[in-house]
Amino acid sequence: MKAEELVRLENIWVDYDSIPVLEAINLSVESNDFLGIIGPNGGGKTTLLKVILGLIKPNRGRVTVLGMPPERGRKHIGYISQFNLFDHDFPISVFEVVLMGRYKRSGLLPRYTEEDRKAATEALDTVEMLDYKDRQIGRLSGGEQQRVFIARALATDPKLLLLDEPTASIDTNMQAEFYELLDRLKENMAIVLVSHDVSAVSIYVSEIACLNHQLFYHGSKEVSAEELEKTYRCPVQLIAHGTVPHRVLREH
Amino acid sequence: MLDVLQYQFMQNALLAGLLAAIACGIVGVYVVVKKVVFISGGIAHASFGGIGLGYLVGINPVLGAMVFTVASSLGIGLVTRRTRLPEDTAIGILWAMGMALGIIFIGLAPGYAPDLFSYLFGNILTVPFFDLMLMLVLDVVIIMLVALLYKGFLYLSFDEEFSTVSGVPTERLYFILLCLIALTVVVLIRVVGIILVIALLTIPAALARQFTHSLKNMMLLAILAGVIFTFSGLWISYVLNLASGATIILVSGTVLFISFGINKLRHRTREHDRDASAA
Repeated sequence: MKAEELVRLENIWVDYDSIPVLEAINLSVESNDFLGIIGPNGGGKTTLLKVILGLIKPNRGRVTVLGMPPERGRKHIGYISQFNLFDHDFPISVFEVVLMGRYKRSGLLPRYTEEDRKAATEALDTVEMLDYKDRQIGRLSGGEQQRVFIARALATDPKLLLLDEPTASIDTNMQAEFYELLDRLKENMAIVLVSHDVSAVSIYVSEIACLNHQLFYHGSKEVSAEELEKTYRCPVQLIAHGTVPHRVLREH
Repeated sequence: MLDVLQYQFMQNALLAGLLAAIACGIVGVYVVVKKVVFISGGIAHASFGGIGLGYLVGINPVLGAMVFTVASSLGIGLVTRRTRLPEDTAIGILWAMGMALGIIFIGLAPGYAPDLFSYLFGNILTVPFFDLMLMLVLDVVIIMLVALLYKGFLYLSFDEEFSTVSGVPTERLYFILLCLIALTVVVLIRVVGIILVIALLTIPAALARQFTHSLKNMMLLAILAGVIFTFSGLWISYVLNLASGATIILVSGTVLFISFGINKLRHRTREHDRDASAA
């Protein structure tokens, strides 16, 4: 299958109150990419995702999603926002949350079709959360909620999954499981995730980019210490354990 | 005691209480879960400008309030979404400006405004027939819009960002929701008055939230709670000869606090039991 270009950013500049957040960003995401964007907090990671989604308009530059403006193309993106920003007491069940992902098909009509329910059920099955479908969303652990939000994104039948700091609210022992889930999903869709957690990301993703106002894109996982230092503006050390590369910050 | 139900004014009062409970039960749930209580307070107070306008041009003040409230809710929506003014600042300004306009209009109107007090604090015993019919029509409009847009309002309230990305017209839905709040305020003005509206928009929904995790059930429970509050408040105010609107609010608030207290105790005994069985 030939790779298709899903997202294209050309010379993107964003500033808040004339303080630059993103500077001259160029990025292309193709349909078979599994890209990890790492960088320090405040480096513009969430802003970059919101630019792709058309939620933030860049001051300069051009964004296209599947060749369309982001407002039209973004319905093909499954977005998993930075976690824990929702109201945990909200009266909504897990199944209702996942059904939200069916909006593209079901529209605003009051009823869901059998097909909508089937798709939501399948999505919950994929993330192994089907047993919890009637649970109120706040009564799940952080890792379980994360899975439900991935199921909701999957129910949109996305070509690209965008994840903002996906491991922030997951216990360390759940993280491996989480990345294995992404590993299965990447067969069917492109995945872009942003994180400040350098070591965890680099084990699983296929390509790494570093973002600290500017984007340093490498096209592969082979990031040199100098490049990471440029991103973090502090010394960084690369350590390899056997075949699995780990990357650890030395002095901060 | 039940003799009093034969009186037309009492039948009207009960009908007004029922219609108010339906509107505030449905829309109050959105006010609470979407956390737009302060905006709703602003819309309610700004409606005083419409009351004053009604006096000035010589139409039913409630009709004046309806036009003015819908307009001011859209105004608050536009200012909070499209300008960089912080939301609570914008609401505070429009809140006070609406009331100020009301005072100026009433001052300019010829003669004295005798029942002004009942618009501010409500009087369920004196709701005119025309206003009852208006409340009925507004209730029907509210029920129809919510039935039609239930999913949209749910998406908007739970996760506006995700909904926007997946193509839900969130901004339009937000403005429609503000209009629904405006219409609900109009329904409630005659019963509890502009100043006390915010209590009926929040208390029944907050009470209902303790007992269910479904938005639909929360609405039904909130309506039931609203009916009980307005009827019992009306009865107490009649027996003790107190202001009806204020009595309804105090009954509602007291029940809510008792319910919170009982819930807290239940949680504590459950934890205590768990600790005891673990030990």
